[in-house]
Amino acid sequence: MEKPFAITLDVGSSLANKTGSWRTYRPRYGDRLPPCNNACPAGENIQGWLYHAESGDYEQAWRVLTQDNPMPAVMGRVCYHPCESKCNRGELDQSVGINSVERFLGDQAIKLGWKFAPPATASGKRVLVVGAGPSGLSAAYHLARLGHQVTIHEAGPLAGGMMRFGIPKYRLPRDVLEAEVQRILDLGVTLELNTKVENIEASMQAGGFDAAFLAVGAHIAKRAYIPAGGAAKLLDAMQVLRGMEDEEKPMLGRRVVVYGGGNTALDVARTAKRLGATDAIIVYRRTREKMPAHDFEVEEALQEGILIKWLSTIKNMSDEGTLTVERMELDATGFPQPTGEFETLEADSLVLALGQDVDLSLLNGVPGLEVEGGVVQVGPNMMTGRPGIFAGGDMVPSERTVTVGIGHGKKAARNIDAWLRGEVYTPAPKHELATFEKLNTWYYEDAPKTVQPTLDLIRRQSSFDEVVGGLNETNALFEARRCLSCGNCFECDNCYGVCPDNAVIKLGPGMRFEFNFDYCKGCGICSAECPCGAITMVPENA
Amino acid sequence: MTATVIKFYQTGTHTVGNRLLDPSQRSVQADMRRTNSLNSGHRACQGCGEALGARYAIDAAMQACDNQLIAANATGCLEVFSTPYPETSWQIPWIHSLFGNTAAVATGIAAALRVKGRSEVRVVAQGGDGGTTDIGFGCLSGMFERNDDVLYICYDNEAYMNTGVQRSSATPGAARTATTPAVGPAPGNVFGQGKSLPLIAMAHEIPYVATAIVSELRDLEAKVRRAMEIRGARYIHVFVPCPLGWGTRSDQTIAIARLAKETGIFPVIEAEHGELTAVSKIRKQRPVEDYLKPQRRFAHLFSPAVNTAAIAQIQALADRNIRRFGLVDAAAAAGAE
Ligand SMILES: Cc1cc2nc3c(=O)[nH]c(=O)nc-3n(C[C@H](O)[C@H](O)[C@H](O)COP(=O)(O)OP(=O)(O)OC[C@H]3O[C@@H](n4cnc5c(N)ncnc54)[C@H](O)[C@@H]3O)c2cc1C
Ligand SMILES: Cc1ncc(C[n+]2csc(CCOP(=O)(O)OP(=O)(O)O)c2C)c(N)n1
Ligand code: SF4
Ligand code: SF4
Ligand code: SF4
Ligand SMILES: [Mg+2]
Repeated sequence: MEKPFAITLDVGSSLANKTGSWRTYRPRYGDRLPPCNNACPAGENIQGWLYHAESGDYEQAWRVLTQDNPMPAVMGRVCYHPCESKCNRGELDQSVGINSVERFLGDQAIKLGWKFAPPATASGKRVLVVGAGPSGLSAAYHLARLGHQVTIHEAGPLAGGMMRFGIPKYRLPRDVLEAEVQRILDLGVTLELNTKVENIEASMQAGGFDAAFLAVGAHIAKRAYIPAGGAAKLLDAMQVLRGMEDEEKPMLGRRVVVYGGGNTALDVARTAKRLGATDAIIVYRRTREKMPAHDFEVEEALQEGILIKWLSTIKNMSDEGTLTVERMELDATGFPQPTGEFETLEADSLVLALGQDVDLSLLNGVPGLEVEGGVVQVGPNMMTGRPGIFAGGDMVPSERTVTVGIGHGKKAARNIDAWLRGEVYTPAPKHELATFEKLNTWYYEDAPKTVQPTLDLIRRQSSFDEVVGGLNETNALFEARRCLSCGNCFECDNCYGVCPDNAVIKLGPGMRFEFNFDYCKGCGICSAECPCGAITMVPENA
Repeated sequence: MTATVIKFYQTGTHTVGNRLLDPSQRSVQADMRRTNSLNSGHRACQGCGEALGARYAIDAAMQACDNQLIAANATGCLEVFSTPYPETSWQIPWIHSLFGNTAAVATGIAAALRVKGRSEVRVVAQGGDGGTTDIGFGCLSGMFERNDDVLYICYDNEAYMNTGVQRSSATPGAARTATTPAVGPAPGNVFGQGKSLPLIAMAHEIPYVATAIVSELRDLEAKVRRAMEIRGARYIHVFVPCPLGWGTRSDQTIAIARLAKETGIFPVIEAEHGELTAVSKIRKQRPVEDYLKPQRRFAHLFSPAVNTAAIAQIQALADRNIRRFGLVDAAAAAGAE
């Protein structure tokens, strides 16, 4: 070819020049573990389901969520959301309202009748679940999805455990609970009500079960010795709350005193108020800071007119219902000490809310079992000392929440599944944590948290209507989009855009990105400018 | 700001793309079909802001004119690292002029196209700050004054980088360069010299003048798009950090640019026919130290002793920019208290 004046070579492309050879560090895409996921006792992939909710695909979001937790509508109401306390967005403005979006998804699923996909295979194995509380239901769900035949033996007349006979309706409407229980049963799980297991080994043998998961909860109310006259009305929290599910509601009178400082004490006092008590007073021996109840619940109770007497113990109760209360003082170690100062308090009834013990009678005579501090000991695989018998929820060492119970159920199911096949379940290794420092928060738009509506005070004091309202489709979408997607690529295209060397290859929607190491010089801009910290720079020859 | 501001989609318009946005609302750089006008294999340093700014600008210009674009390029890093004979990274018709005459070469191309009746083909001239504010200034002023139909883009890395970091009339006060060493009673470049080419361009009352910055891609692209809608002389001044000359980490190029804007050091503005029409507000105002500290060219301001006087002088210049161009929203300022 004829070349222009003073030109001897054809024009070539700089693609011949492999500048990737300059590199001493190389970028690597890798998902990190979002702190919310890490904090969820049920092991939910929160960032993962929020990702789908962000694009308005609520059904897919619900499906990802329910891979770990079958009861989002319940969880979205009663979970104490430790995920939100760890949410990175909390360091920016306020944490993402994970729990409220979860509730929205759960409610949406009920409204639109979404069902779980039936198990793909049948293992032919039979597993007995004892107790239809959250932990037992969760285990049943996961076992059923893994193809096992599950039967639940439940002592009570209805499923739900403490979700039905503990947590009051104004926090968890029963139709919500029933819908989510039914959906689990629809997977082919057999529920036998009014079937108390007296002896686990006998029940297993009789039913020909290959393994068992125990989740009987903790139902025996702890008592404190309080001398009381014969006519005095002394009850425990479990009696009161369980009684709320009967036709005849408990008769507590106008002046109700509740003794204890946990969430249960608050639930009882708030229930008493709704039953018509003019005075509902909680007596607790320590201070508000030391109270095991959650702050938001204390706040809601105070709003409803519950009175709380801090640093007080009850000495005795007379026939006429006069309580003698002693004022306490915290000592240097923060422990309450008596002061010898007394006062009196008039009460129509006194309800003890001092915690619960586990009824372990079904385990009598089972060899190899280890019980410590009133709870059954289990290994990291949730198995008791007796091979084939697993346990979880309130009856094993735990924080005693619905979420922990559900997490135990899932973990146990996976281990039971492996055990039934003669294998050992090994969980996938955890990714490195996506800490706040790994994010480039410049890129996120400012957005304050959506406030959930609450019922007006008058109705809160007089009815059992649900106190906290849900989000609607618009603000649920907004809330989901507040998620920073910590540690996990959300396809913002930043890396693709900011590379001065065009060394990032975009693979198309949903397929993420790749590096072109022929030309990547290892400058690290893509890593520095990834909003969510999904790109790490690693030494080239490592 | 010219860029459409999308209030909330998780990241709004701060990111390059965003899977939640309609493709029409994403940047040109998010598009898998972008020109990549400056292709891989160029020999710019790791993390070069100029390479990045040039691709941002030219890809946007290409999209705006249906790929009917010719570029003239002054001598400087952008030319040297992109086109070592016989290879080139440019995927557009591109000509290397001399160091000082790019504006004139572009004027000539525009004139030729006019003669040929090819009004759909557009012309861009581009060069570094040295080629623009110093040696090419006469040609550029002429191009402005005659209102030639050329978009001139200056990539300002605040010194003559290609030849080893010599001072230009865009080098800021106190900056150490090869010719303004950090020695003596007033180390680094002297204060009170140099010039602002955007303001000089505005004084020519040409149809369009804008400043842009590599950390604000959406704004940069919108400005190029706006410029391409207009005929006549147009000028865009893009602030491009240089890891080599400034002594910054290669991964900090965009972060440093962002700080230049957030401190008020570099005002991001827009003007038509000599009148200021828009400014890009500071989002989270920061003290100038945050901008200066990560740069080795300013290291002498912090050690062995902190040169509070020089830092105060730089802060005063930033404050002046903020005042002069209204870079801080009253509401944002109140929030920052
Ligand atoms: C008043 C109250 C409020 C609470 N509020 C919350 C809250 O808001 N959020 C939260 O996360 N947690 C809350 N909790 C704690 C939570 O309810 C429990 O941690 C959780 O229900 C434990 O689940 P589980 O499955 O282990 O046991 P349970 O829910 O107690 O269920 C055990 C089930 O086993 C059945 N059972 C017992 N023995 C036998 C047997 N021998 N044979 C067959 N069946 C048997 C029981 O009838 C019961 O249905 C609250 C607890 C109380 C008491
Ligand atoms: C007339 C003339 N003088 C000097 C040079 C040497 N020279 C080439 S590039 C350059 C500096 C370029 O600086 P700038 O325009 O700021 O671009 P940068 O390299 O910084 O991007 C110089 C001095 C030249 N090519 N021609
Ligand atoms: S921002 Fe999203 S991913 Fe990050 S912790 Fe919060 S909910 Fe999880
Ligand atoms: S920005 Fe480009 S060159 Fe730099 S490390 Fe990332 S892929 Fe490599
Ligand atoms: S920069 Fe954006 S697109 Fe790239 S890895 Fe990070 S989140 Fe994904
Ligand atoms: Mg320069």
